[in-house]
Amino acid sequence: MLIMIAKRMAYMVLTMLVVSLLLFLLLEASPGSVATKVLGPYSSDEQRMIWLENHGYFEPIYARYFSWLGNFAAGDFGESIRFKVPVAEILWPRLWSTAILGFWAMALIIPIALVLGVLSGMKEGSIQDRVVSIASVITTSVPEFASAVFFITIFVFGLKWLPGTSTMANGFDPLQLVLPVMVLVIYDFGYVARMTRASMAEVMTTHYIRTAVLKGLPYRRVIMNHALRNALIAPFTVIMLQINWLLSGVIVVEVAFAYKGFGALLLEASLNQDIYVIEACAMVAVFVAVGTQTLADIGYTFLNPRIRFS
Amino acid sequence: MRALKSFALLRESWVGMAGAFIVAFWIVMAIFAPWIAPYDPLELMQPFAEPGAEWKGGGTFWLGTDSLGRDILSRIIWGSRTVLIYAPLATICAYTVGIVMGLLAGYRLGWWDMILSRIADIVLSFPVLVLYVIVIATIGASGINIVIAITFASAPGIMRIVRGLTLDLRNRDYVAAAQTRGESDWFIMLAEILPNARGPLIVDACLRLGYVVITIGILGFLGLGLPPPDPDWGGMVSESRSLAMAFPYMAVFPCIAISSLILGFNLLADGLREISLRD
Repeated sequence: MLIMIAKRMAYMVLTMLVVSLLLFLLLEASPGSVATKVLGPYSSDEQRMIWLENHGYFEPIYARYFSWLGNFAAGDFGESIRFKVPVAEILWPRLWSTAILGFWAMALIIPIALVLGVLSGMKEGSIQDRVVSIASVITTSVPEFASAVFFITIFVFGLKWLPGTSTMANGFDPLQLVLPVMVLVIYDFGYVARMTRASMAEVMTTHYIRTAVLKGLPYRRVIMNHALRNALIAPFTVIMLQINWLLSGVIVVEVAFAYKGFGALLLEASLNQDIYVIEACAMVAVFVAVGTQTLADIGYTFLNPRIRFS
Repeated sequence: MRALKSFALLRESWVGMAGAFIVAFWIVMAIFAPWIAPYDPLELMQPFAEPGAEWKGGGTFWLGTDSLGRDILSRIIWGSRTVLIYAPLATICAYTVGIVMGLLAGYRLGWWDMILSRIADIVLSFPVLVLYVIVIATIGASGINIVIAITFASAPGIMRIVRGLTLDLRNRDYVAAAQTRGESDWFIMLAEILPNARGPLIVDACLRLGYVVITIGILGFLGLGLPPPDPDWGGMVSESRSLAMAFPYMAVFPCIAISSLILGFNLLADGLREISLRD
């Protein structure tokens, strides 16, 4: 067990290293273009040379990579070209805002998806099953930016119930969080619900469920005590992996509602070629994605006795 | 003949039929855009016309016009061309790369499998959109670059599916027979294994087409899509977003268009899966 966890962790670190190398090569391989991005297109060649000299860009590329990696591991992400402040100062508050958004989205997605998935998987082909299946196909077919537009039209333009932007300009306002969270939930719950349904439907066909039903246990107890425990193992992994999708969705939702979060920061940085911010954001995103995958793997072996004891 | 047969099978699933109908509708729109669209999608006529408003030059703006005075209905019809050219193109490219990777990993095994699987793991560990945003913002937004980015991000997922199918198929008798005949590896992979793996791949391709349409839409929405002024659904939403509070119809109609096309692909995939599970 411990060996397995250590292996997963080592693998995670290795992935992060490879990703960091790719990122470094993509963004910083040619020093000339870095200098142009930092100093602007109107800087002279001489200025660029001096800047490159001062910042150690004439070292060989592997030496630059390792010193960059060292700074990164120590939490020094460099300075934002656009805002002229250390990247960390911008990054952490933005990340916190996104964490709030993601927390509420997950807090709603998990119960909704699990309940709907179990209800439809209990009896395959029943009316509730058909309704849930069709609803989840439709909701996963509407991209986040489209549902954002639909919700803004209905709740902001039509009913005038909710604010259409979520800038949080005058302090934190829970009302401004409603639409972004709704968009994320609507788009993402369908997939988890479908996976839960598939898992539940599979469990319902097993011999031990048939035995439980045939020996006369009440249906409620068959579901609660026998089926659910086994049917909820697979959705656990799906939910953990869903965080990876949520990171993508968050970019769209934050842009759509002008929410000052991590996804919007990444897009702004990419459009302005603010390379140090891009690097920091990308590494954080990959860290969250790979970290949740590792947790999903470890958690899965804990939950599934067949793997644990083999 | 074979196409006719699979169409006849599809008729048994009304979900699949509905999907096929929606997709066919947009394909017809895209092919006959010059004859169906009432106006030139780039012509600046009358800004901020409400849906259904009459134009003094003759005709009606059924879905209104945008802030520059271009007819929204015509732009949506022409925009179907953009998405129905780039989405299949990107999907085909991703499939070509993914299939070759998957066949090599699953058939040759050993080092090939190790290296290709690791590459796939690393690419798949990225949140997709983060990857698209960084790559496209760095290499520039254009049709070809979108195709390259989508290929790069989707090929590993396809590779995993193909690899799994190949691992199963490589032990079949007809593969052994081909090996005994002395056929080359490539012949066995492409002529013996690939045709027998087509069922699950066709279903996956339909789903993936839906995702690629979403991706192209999102990139347009984020301002990383095709450069203006060509009509592009995501781009139309992006342009009208700042006006969404006052003129929601400008963004709503392109959103309905893109959602319906994605729904079409997803329903078609569901129908195909239902049929393939039946026999």
